Formats: sequence, C-alpha cells, structure tokens
Amino acid sequence: MAVGEVMRMEIPAGGDLTVTPPELHVLAVDDSIVDRKVIERLLRISACKVTTVDSGARALQYLGLDGNKGASDLKDLKVNLIVTDYSMPGLTGYDLLKKIKESSTFREIPVVIMSSENILTRIEQCLKEGAEDFLLKPVKLADVKRIKQLIMRNEAEECKTSSLSNKRKLVEGNIDTSSSSSSSHDDSSVEDIPSSKRMKSEFENLSSLH
Amino acid sequence: MNAGIAQLQMQFRDYTISLYQQGFLDDQFTELKKLQDDGSPDFVAEVLSLFFEDCVKLIGNMARALDKSTGTVDFSQVGASVHQLKGSSSSVGAKRVKGLCVTFKEYCEAQNYEGCVRCLQQVDIEYKTLKTKLQDMFNLEKQIVQAGGVVPQVDID
Repeated sequence: MAVGEVMRMEIPAGGDLTVTPPELHVLAVDDSIVDRKVIERLLRISACKVTTVDSGARALQYLGLDGNKGASDLKDLKVNLIVTDYSMPGLTGYDLLKKIKESSTFREIPVVIMSSENILTRIEQCLKEGAEDFLLKPVKLADVKRIKQLIMRNEAEECKTSSLSNKRKLVEGNIDTSSSSSSSHDDSSVEDIPSSKRMKSEFENLSSLH
Repeated sequence: MNAGIAQLQMQFRDYTISLYQQGFLDDQFTELKKLQDDGSPDFVAEVLSLFFEDCVKLIGNMARALDKSTGTVDFSQVGASVHQLKGSSSSVGAKRVKGLCVTFKEYCEAQNYEGCVRCLQQVDIEYKTLKTKLQDMFNLEKQIVQAGGVVPQVDID
C-alpha cells in the first residue's frame, strides 16, 4: 500500500459494522470413546468445527503447549473453545485447565469442564481456576447450545471491539493522509474483560453472600 | 394405504415404550435420538455399538482385576473400570447397566469380593440383554424403512 492510500471498507448506511463470527472450532477432550462420539455430534449439530482428543497430554500436543509446534498453530485451526472431561488418567481436566490458563498464548481460550460427579468443591475449584462453565454429564443438546451462545456472545463482543478500533483508525487515516503512521496507536479505550475473569468475580460475589 | 407399515410402526412404538417402562433405557437415550437426522441416520446405532464394545473391554478388565489366581485383588483397579462403565452407560441412556454400576462401585469401595463377583456377572448379562433388545428395535426400524414407511417419533411420558 502506497503512502496516502486508504484501505476501503464497506460500511453499511446504518453505520453499525456487524461482523458475522466465523464457525467456532472446539477442542473436545475425553478419554471415553463413547463420550467423545457424543460430544462431537452435539457440537457438530450445533454448527461447530470439532477436534477430539483422548487425553490431556494430546490436547497440549495439539495446542503446541508441550514444547513442539502444535497443529492448532495453523491459522485455520485456531481453537475457540476447549471442552474437557474432568476425570481422565494422567492429566486431569483440572490439570489441563491450569496449564491453559498459565499459558500466555492460550489463557484467553474459554475452557468448559464436564464431569459425571456433582461435587460442589470440584465445581468451585474449576471456576476459581478460570473455567468458563461446568457441565454435568450426561451432556445434553441444551447444555451445548447454552455454552455456544455464551462463547459466541463473547466472541462477537471482541469482534465489535476490534472493528470499532479499525473504524477509528480508518477515519483518522482519511483525515491525515500525509502522515503514514498516525493510526498505529493501540486502542484500548474499550475494556475487554475476559469472560473467565467475569465468571471469577461473579463467583466471588456469590460466595460472599454466605 | 399400507396396513403393513402401520402395523410395523405400532409394533415399533409399543416396543420402544416397553424398553423405557422396563427401565432398560432412560431419557439420555431420547437425547441421543435428537442427534440423529437424515445426515447422520445411524448415529444412535453407532454410539450404541461403541458402547457395547466398551462393555466387552471394561468387563474384561474387571474380570482380570477380580482374578484371585494372579494375586491379591486390587479393588481400586476394579473400581476404575466400573467408573468408566458407569460413565459410558450414563451417556447412552443404558439405565439398568448404569444402576448396576452404582451398586458395583459400592462393593468395590467396601472391598466386598463376593459382591463384586455377583455384580460382574449381572452386568455382563445386563449389557447383553440390552444389546439384544436394541437389535430388535433397530430391526423394526429397518423393516419400516424398507417397507417405504417413516420411523415414528415416540414420545415417552
């Protein structure tokens, strides 16, 4: 792009730039082949791209968190949501959750834990560690639809934020065409609170009620 | 008008309802049916097939773990397999198998050898019974479709 040339973007007459979010890519982790089949179908029927793995170790491998270059490094395979079983041999779902939240690259990916056991301390432990939600098995279509809506809403908010800042940069670019780097500042005036943190503060509010 | 199809459909409906009423299936099975469509017409049969394979594998593990001839019985090992079977039976709506696993798990925790052996035998019989019943149900579906009919949606309760 030459200096002074402005990138054109189609902005509808209404002025509101609506971004259609792309299909969610979900990484589903479960050591049970039966549960993997079911969760895969639940997600596919909810219009998500799905990758299933049978262990926490494989999940880390896929993400590239085991030191090697992961498959999800490829742009098309970017993971938007991780759904994992809690009780798995080796790395539990909780261990996996911790590793993801410790990673600067992946901590923003929402993680949902599934478990057949309704243990309050387990649920609290996961939410405290930053899990987006906790699903009781057997998982039903309604559960998946709810999770998807939650994640899509978060993604849409993020898209809006980045498109708003792009819009601003465009406008500034139009006015000041002589200076080539006028629009390279970081626009962080709109605070994007990661949903996991939101969940955390909600949890803290709830526990203070007791 | 094809009285044959109507009869098959009624048979199918009655049979399906009886499986729920007799406690073989619960509403998770209904949930699985929701996931079946023209694009994935054999989904339920495929999941159940995986489940029955899982049963064979896990029951084999339990039997090996309960084999006294190899040394002392490791009840936690038995319990681990029971826990897995409980999980998968729950996921497919295999109500009786799941119920047995709950009892089985208690015997494991109590380290009750006789109780465990009894449960092992029962769970083996139970999954095989369910397999036969579902085979009959799938066969009825096939007959309806082959006769040119549509498999009716059965409302439980």
